[in-house]
Amino acid sequence: MKKSSLGLLPVLLWLCLFLVVPMLIVIGISFMGRDEFGNVVFDFNLDSYATFFDPLYLGIYWDTIVLSVVTTILCLLLSYPLAYYIANAGPKMQTWGLALITIPFWINFLIRTYAWVLLLRTQGVVNNLLIDIGLIQEPLQMLYTKGAVYLGMVYTFIPFMVLPIYVALEQMDKKLLEAASDLGATRWKSFWHITLPQTKSGIMTGSVLVYVSTSGMFVVTDILGGAKSAMISNIIQSQFLGARNWPFGGALSVIFVITSLILIVLFNKAMTSRHLTAKEGR
Amino acid sequence: MKSKNHPLLGLHSLVVMIFIYVPIAFIIAYSFNSSRLAADWSGFTLDWYASLFTNRHVMEALVNTLTVALVSTVFSTLLGTLAALTIRKAGRKTKAGMGGLLYMPIIIPDIIMGLSLLVLFTQFHLPLGKLTIIIAHITFCVSYVYVIVNTRLAGMGDQLEEAAQDLGADAWQTFRHVTLPQIMPGIISGALIAFTMSLDDFMVSFFVSGPSSTTLPIYIYGQVKRGISPEINALCTILILVSVTLIFLAQFMLNRGKGQKKQSVLPF
Repeated sequence: MKKSSLGLLPVLLWLCLFLVVPMLIVIGISFMGRDEFGNVVFDFNLDSYATFFDPLYLGIYWDTIVLSVVTTILCLLLSYPLAYYIANAGPKMQTWGLALITIPFWINFLIRTYAWVLLLRTQGVVNNLLIDIGLIQEPLQMLYTKGAVYLGMVYTFIPFMVLPIYVALEQMDKKLLEAASDLGATRWKSFWHITLPQTKSGIMTGSVLVYVSTSGMFVVTDILGGAKSAMISNIIQSQFLGARNWPFGGALSVIFVITSLILIVLFNKAMTSRHLTAKEGR
Repeated sequence: MKSKNHPLLGLHSLVVMIFIYVPIAFIIAYSFNSSRLAADWSGFTLDWYASLFTNRHVMEALVNTLTVALVSTVFSTLLGTLAALTIRKAGRKTKAGMGGLLYMPIIIPDIIMGLSLLVLFTQFHLPLGKLTIIIAHITFCVSYVYVIVNTRLAGMGDQLEEAAQDLGADAWQTFRHVTLPQIMPGIISGALIAFTMSLDDFMVSFFVSGPSSTTLPIYIYGQVKRGISPEINALCTILILVSVTLIFLAQFMLNRGKGQKKQSVLPF
């Protein structure tokens, strides 16, 4: 490192010590064994990785991937039109819209998850409302269901999708749209061939953020889902804080990070090739 | 410019906005509801706010949260600003490598960061407490400060600094009288974001906090797991107001300078 870069040394040391080294230790631990007290002992083996291939854990991981993918798609479908609306609104509306979609981004997800407990519980707002208007006689069991988990996840991560898409829509070259309309393209056509490909980066960022956050989010399943809706993150969490099986928790973490990376790369590839074919088709 | 939006698009946006805000509105409304148990409205009260301030656990958690947030903010602001100032003078390779490393805490899932720090602290026999939470918070806050100050620096260009040096200012004078005043809004904004991130953090703190170092989000989690209580509604309402105010302040600071390109407090 050159003398002029000396100022980077503190942050480099800090991040190595508290980010890189801890992750390396976790990777190391995933290959070790443990004694009868649950302490990690040095004994190189692949047992923890073998345990993952138990149908129970494979099933949970598959459920996690499905939940995360569906949440990402739902967030995208709900967010794109909203972001589009705000980006194309008048200046005043745009300022307000941007503020309104930024605010939930900064409200603690724990609080936003808790809000749904308030709404969905047996004596909660929704049940009371439905009984009052006579739609149901007995309160519905809405909390601690799969539906509640999906609702909570979409609700928690919608801001992560709206904002990057909005930023992309805002930064795109609007002259292209004028050119397209001058050349007689319909609104739908220019959306499909110009706006959508031009905002791909926003869709990418948003989807990756939502996917990664959903699959790592144990709190929503913990609070809104029952015991049966455990995800891989709940298992990881309990290996480190409850069961104290660190090697297994470490192995799950490694698998979790690697599969996330693979999915992101695949998604990235898919998005790029779609764009290429669109280009060639013109 | 006239809005080019289809009415259906407007309707969709309205519905999504209602979906986003109604649950939050209920928390706020219920924090003023005098009934302890029922979901029905039974009158306005400030009792729950009052009882918060006499609750020893809440006050303890508040003190912990503020201590952690203040210390983490100071350190992460110093580290992040120093990094942003240095990296722009660095070579291409250093820039790419360090830039990537500095982005890592934003990209890595919180759960992974939390558990790997737990493992580190345990291996080195560092007892879990305020210190470990502070270390963890500095680690992710530093990235946010870096990103914001870095963008501010990039938007500023280096003509003014060159001019100062041509006029005979030394490196320190240039920094003190030219660079620093220009990036100050970015630094303050970054510090405010760091403070908010620390204040709101649950995931990482959950792994690295000890029994005597409960922060407000951890306290809220414990209460929520036990069930509904009106005090929690009040506490959540306060936390929502504080975070939102801080973020607006950060955004305001960032776009205050004249002729500055509009910048967002978000890391993308």
